[in-house]
Amino acid sequence: MNNLIILPILIPLLAAVLLIFMNKSIKLMRVFSAISSFTAVVVAAVLVQTVFTDGIQTLYLGGWKPPFGIVLVADQFASLLALTTAIIGFLTVLYSFRSIGEQRERFFYYSAIQFLLAGVSGAFLTGDLFNLFVFFEVLLMASYVLIVIGGTKIQLRESLKYIVFNIISSALFVIGVAYLYAVTGTLNMADLSVRISESGQTGLITVIAVLFLIVFGLKGGIFPLYFWMPGSYYAPPAPIATLFGALLTKVGMYAIARVFTLIFTQDAAFTHQLMIWLAALTIIFGVIGSIAYCDVQKIIIYNIVTAVGVILFGIAANTPASIEGSIYYLIHDMIIKGVLFMLGGALFALTGTNNLKKMGGLIKSHPVLGWMFLLSAISLAGVPPFSGFIGKLKIAEGGFRSGEFVITMLMLLSSLLVLYSVAKIFIYGFWGDEQKDTQIKGSIKSYIFPAAILLALSLAIGIVTELAAPYFHQAADTLVNPKTYIEAVLKE
Amino acid sequence: MEILMAFIVGFLFMAATYLMLSKSLLRVIIGTAVLSHGVHLLLLTMGGLKKGAPPILNEEATSYVDPLPQALILTAIVIAFGVTSFLLVMAFRAYQELKVDDMDQMRGNDQHE
Repeated sequence: MNNLIILPILIPLLAAVLLIFMNKSIKLMRVFSAISSFTAVVVAAVLVQTVFTDGIQTLYLGGWKPPFGIVLVADQFASLLALTTAIIGFLTVLYSFRSIGEQRERFFYYSAIQFLLAGVSGAFLTGDLFNLFVFFEVLLMASYVLIVIGGTKIQLRESLKYIVFNIISSALFVIGVAYLYAVTGTLNMADLSVRISESGQTGLITVIAVLFLIVFGLKGGIFPLYFWMPGSYYAPPAPIATLFGALLTKVGMYAIARVFTLIFTQDAAFTHQLMIWLAALTIIFGVIGSIAYCDVQKIIIYNIVTAVGVILFGIAANTPASIEGSIYYLIHDMIIKGVLFMLGGALFALTGTNNLKKMGGLIKSHPVLGWMFLLSAISLAGVPPFSGFIGKLKIAEGGFRSGEFVITMLMLLSSLLVLYSVAKIFIYGFWGDEQKDTQIKGSIKSYIFPAAILLALSLAIGIVTELAAPYFHQAADTLVNPKTYIEAVLKE
Repeated sequence: MEILMAFIVGFLFMAATYLMLSKSLLRVIIGTAVLSHGVHLLLLTMGGLKKGAPPILNEEATSYVDPLPQALILTAIVIAFGVTSFLLVMAFRAYQELKVDDMDQMRGNDQHE
């Protein structure tokens, strides 16, 4: 029992409610949301350290013992993701000050961001399947507001599709919950795990497992279900795209990792093999998309799809090494996609276009932006001193161990094309002759500063891996041995 | 009883799928409403439809119906209600701005907004 667990949810939630009353003064909203997001970072860091020293923390809401009440569970995996979420939330708030514009800020922009952060942290920390659905809806509802705020034509058009797809996936989620409740009679994840391992995974439960794969695949953007992502993430302005790209799909990946390591573990020959093939196809289609476009935003968006495939492959290969690699890669990818969207936003602010063919020669006028972009591109591809390396290394190790040679090679080859796709942005945008017809507007210092912090974090994870490794190892340990999770939740 | 409900829910899902695949935006929204009806009925059905008193302790009865699915449905209903009202208002805004309600004409590419 530890009340600390609820704070990463409660702080953004309270901040969001209070921000509603502050909408007269933009300055006040900015200061308040920055302070509260920073508090959330500190609290999440304390939570990570507590879990590291004392093991898995649980909180029975209202004092009801599981499986009867709702339980919040902070194992190291969830706490690390909550910390990353809080950091990205804080930096996005800083990034928004100059880039989002007063028109949007006036209409509850910061409030919606805080609701989104509350939903994401809640989805990471909950130990109950229906509660996960509710937190999904909290973050989706906030994302509906964020994707349409401002009401430009492209936003209206794309957000309609985004909402309709998410309504369908939420309906499928409730259908999955209903089936699972009919079969097992419980909704607590630890209790579900116990009951399914007692009764053995029948055909019925494998069907439900695939239904959940479809649901979380729709949220996370795996192969046949990523079709909504390129349009939807293209519509909103840079800070909102940063939040979406860094957080939303990763919640789906977290849910897949949680559900397929804790609950549906018995019939791995079928479910995990299916996931491996889907992961391979996701990587292929993501890479095709990212090399096909000459558009900064589109390239970054398709790189999300590729990364989702890599993470899914690590989970599906189901070896201790590949699961640990997936955790590294998940957190690395949240950070680096944040950096890329922020820098992409800076590029757009400078040139007024996303089209690579209309840019050029920015390295002369903006060397800092150029070098930061180069560093983040290298990190995305997984070159050793950066955070992307260790994750892919471990996933490859696990992939080879589990005998999936072809798909592991495919994943490694995809790094090359990922590097090509981002290097294309660098070559077209920063080298060559300066384009005279694109006007270079003002300073972008406030754009670069939050991105620089995130990039430094990515570098830090890569360089001092020795310090970070125990945390990641502990996180992987819970996923590999779900017994520790179950005992922590259902202890007498 | 569960068999009958399964057929009704299946019919609702069929109608919802058909409506959501149509061109007009309003039909799509009606489709999502029908889908959420189907989902809520399914949740009730899967909780079991055995006979029993309503889940109120004042009712002196030996057995009650399962209260958990009812609470889940109540939660799902208000969420679906919130999302549907947001979607309706947004469809209205989109109609004002874009002047179409045909999903086929809402395609866009990078060149023109």
